[in-house]
Amino acid sequence: MSVVDHGQMATDKEELARLRRQRLEAGGKWILPVLVLLIVLGLWDRVVVWNEIPHYILPRPKLVLETLIEDWAILFEALLVTVQITLMALAVAVIGGVGLAVIFTQSRLVEMSFYPYAVILQVTPIVAIAPLIFIYVDSRIAGLLMCAWLVAFFPVLSNTTLGLNSADHNLRDLFRIYGATRWQTLRYLQLPSALPYFLGGLRIAGGLSLIGAVVAEYVAGTGGLKSGLAFRILEAGYRLNIPRMFAALFLIALTGVIIFAGLSFLSHMLLRKWHESALKRDI
Amino acid sequence: MGERDEVSSQQIELLRMEQVDKVFNGNITALKGMSLQVRQGDFLSLLGPSGCGKSTALRLISDLVHPTAGRIVWSGEHSADDLGVVFQEATLMPWATVAQNVWLPFRLRGKVYGEVAKEIDDALNLVGLDGFQDSYPRELSGGMKMRVSIARAMVTRPRLILMDEPFAALDEITRFKLNNDLLKLKDAFECTVVFVTHSVFESVFLSNRIVIMAARPGRVVTELSVDAPYPRNEDFRTSTEYAGYTRQAADALRLAMGEAA
Repeated sequence: MSVVDHGQMATDKEELARLRRQRLEAGGKWILPVLVLLIVLGLWDRVVVWNEIPHYILPRPKLVLETLIEDWAILFEALLVTVQITLMALAVAVIGGVGLAVIFTQSRLVEMSFYPYAVILQVTPIVAIAPLIFIYVDSRIAGLLMCAWLVAFFPVLSNTTLGLNSADHNLRDLFRIYGATRWQTLRYLQLPSALPYFLGGLRIAGGLSLIGAVVAEYVAGTGGLKSGLAFRILEAGYRLNIPRMFAALFLIALTGVIIFAGLSFLSHMLLRKWHESALKRDI
Repeated sequence: MGERDEVSSQQIELLRMEQVDKVFNGNITALKGMSLQVRQGDFLSLLGPSGCGKSTALRLISDLVHPTAGRIVWSGEHSADDLGVVFQEATLMPWATVAQNVWLPFRLRGKVYGEVAKEIDDALNLVGLDGFQDSYPRELSGGMKMRVSIARAMVTRPRLILMDEPFAALDEITRFKLNNDLLKLKDAFECTVVFVTHSVFESVFLSNRIVIMAARPGRVVTELSVDAPYPRNEDFRTSTEYAGYTRQAADALRLAMGEAA
């Protein structure tokens, strides 16, 4: 290769290849999953048509979409209930998880006394606890909320505790030398140090609170007016309304994705200025 | 070295350590019988090999650990406001801007930013970081981060600055530059410095007093005065006078380590 210099950016073979790869990856990130989706939907459709599978066993994708539009009123109402419980549970998980983490780091005695029980609550499957909760809690919404909270609070608690304890030890010393109060150390040192850990826990908790909300509703079974998506799925299953089951399932998955994306975005916005995880690298 | 007593008699004592022992875990003697007088305006270096208790001495002075025996006496009233500290790492808060980092010691005393904005700007100006107020630490080089750390330690004009091998992790060019600037800053802020290092060259360039320590157990072996006048600059670094003091300090250190071995 002869040396060509038109006064432009230096572009050797390696650099060109790297740029090409970058462009490919940037585009592929979106195009490839969509392509996979289209292929799967196409295959699904063909399998149903070729094998003449009745719609009450496996509906065609088109029918699922039609059902989604047709049953929108019912499904949307149910979606709102599920989303409401999920978000409320997440909020309580954040308050409870961060609150407990702060108390734990302020007092070793409290931590030693209660941490094992937080672990026990976490490792006991929610479907095993839920029936008991619905015996003792009259309000259906409160019961669902409690179940979703039980599933979601632990990642917030454990991550935030870890974060509060990971403040740079030299900075801790500096705060002590300057005679900082406990509150100042918490406010200006430990909470900011814990932020990236907390946000990691929050992303997990977002997904878990949705799972908690759905699972709890399965256990709660038939309910009155305010029924969520899980109940609609159960109901549709009894009636062999398979298209509606798929439509409801689609909405639940979509909700999960939106929650995850939202929390990831929040995390990025809060950390982008200073934290390693949010920094863009050139090479 | 003979003039030492004359010089010291003119100076006012800031603090002294009296026969201080520090024993960790009941059996590890980090420091044995350390006596030391720090006088106002001193640039005092603690020079010695690893494990000689230099850093322990700083932690004792900053009240992070307490003597097992002996005592540390400050002249006049002593409070948390007396100290500024610079560690080996810049130890900045990564989530805070440069200005917010320098604000920290004021903030912990309940001062809002507006009240002390001028002091913060002045300090950043003096360390040569004017215009970097709103930068985040990750955007700065190692030397610049250390400058922020020094500004933070000096901004409240404390009576004593403790520095624990602050330049050990920097490259030599940056280190020389910071050595020069540190002396100017010490004058500008009129502070006293206790400086831990294991570099003979650095200690001679910076200090008026060098306390030489030995390990196992950590203790003070001897003290040298470097009577070359301030301000010191690059000319001093290449002078025969500097070479002479360096020789003295190196010999004293070798003797101290020979004793220990």
